[in-house]
Amino acid sequence: MHTLPAVFFALAMRDVRIAYRRRAELLYPPLFLMLASMLFALALPANARAESAPAVIWVIALLASLMALETMRRRDYARGLLEQLLLSPQPTAVLVLASALAHWLVAGLPLVAVAPLLALMLNLPPHAWPELLIGLLLGTPTLCLIGGLGVALTRTARARGALLAVIILPLYIPILIFGSGAVRMAMAGFDAGAQLLLLGALLLLALGLAPMAIAYALRATYE
Amino acid sequence: MLKAINLTCTRGDRRLFHNLHCAAAAGSALHIRGDNGAGKTSLLQILCGLRRPQAGEVHWHGRPIHQQRAEFVNHLAYLGHDDALHGDLTAYENLTAANMLAANSRDRSIADALRRFNLPSAARASRFLSAGQKQRIALARVWRQPRGVWILDEPATNLDAYGIRILETMLNEHLDAGGAAIFTSHREIKLSAPARELYLHTFQ
Repeated sequence: MHTLPAVFFALAMRDVRIAYRRRAELLYPPLFLMLASMLFALALPANARAESAPAVIWVIALLASLMALETMRRRDYARGLLEQLLLSPQPTAVLVLASALAHWLVAGLPLVAVAPLLALMLNLPPHAWPELLIGLLLGTPTLCLIGGLGVALTRTARARGALLAVIILPLYIPILIFGSGAVRMAMAGFDAGAQLLLLGALLLLALGLAPMAIAYALRATYE
Repeated sequence: MLKAINLTCTRGDRRLFHNLHCAAAAGSALHIRGDNGAGKTSLLQILCGLRRPQAGEVHWHGRPIHQQRAEFVNHLAYLGHDDALHGDLTAYENLTAANMLAANSRDRSIADALRRFNLPSAARASRFLSAGQKQRIALARVWRQPRGVWILDEPATNLDAYGIRILETMLNEHLDAGGAAIFTSHREIKLSAPARELYLHTFQ
């Protein structure tokens, strides 16, 4: 039998490869992020842009990561593939974590990469950029893990798009609060360490709990 | 080897089967027949542990499968009703990916599988292949896994006459090697030792 780390990385790389073959789809969430922040930049008066920037960037980052979840469902949780996943001798939680990692690489990381553009459009002062980027780096993997749980729970539901949003947006709230809070603290010249540490703590919590919860949800919703 | 005791299954408010017994011994095949909607797929899903029955148990070597999941799935190859292929990966990549999930050192090589199942080795995403070719990739995946029990849901779907012969050969070899097979099929599959048959009646 292959060792568990080998299986983990092979599966993650497989998902990245599949995503790369459908790379056009990967462009939509970052593109949405840029377009939405452009709309805000146009709608907000120049003197209010910087002040609203932390909230605007984080809210649309949440929505963009919500958008990307449908591709995750199609890639990882189509029924036939799910059956093989559940019948694998490897622990389901570890397999699920591999696909969450792949999802973050193809759908979470690009959001972090376009963040500087958003910061420019919204006149975010440069001294708050590190807090924005570190916050997104710590927050987006948590969004992917929570999103994975939502996808697993709503896999077989009707009208699952709306249901998915209703289930996971409340779980996104702490990340939104600490993420945008960190940027606001930095803008005001304070230390944002506490907010960033809390984002890190949420990520660790999600890393520990979400894979098991996803594995359980996949088993429970199998029908 | 694999034994189902007193299985009852209901889907929604409809009872599919009640107090059903069946078994597959080493070296023998069980062909599950029945009309559409009689519960053949549900029965196979229960037998491999994907679905829990309302009542009854499935035993593997005398112990319930849910008490020894890791051990049981190591001896199981399942071909489901829905294909387990990534449309964007080639036949080769799909077989590699399936192998990572269900890996076992006894598994046969991919090159052999591609040859035997007459699959294109070219770098063509499997969504561009025909339904019959996709089915052959699925069969190749099972063939690569010399597990004790094969549970196959309509393995002959979309196959041409040549494909059916490949399927019959692989089943015969599996049974000769002491494996057990449980399958559903609306088409005739001729085995050297005829399969026992179980007919699922449709309840009203």
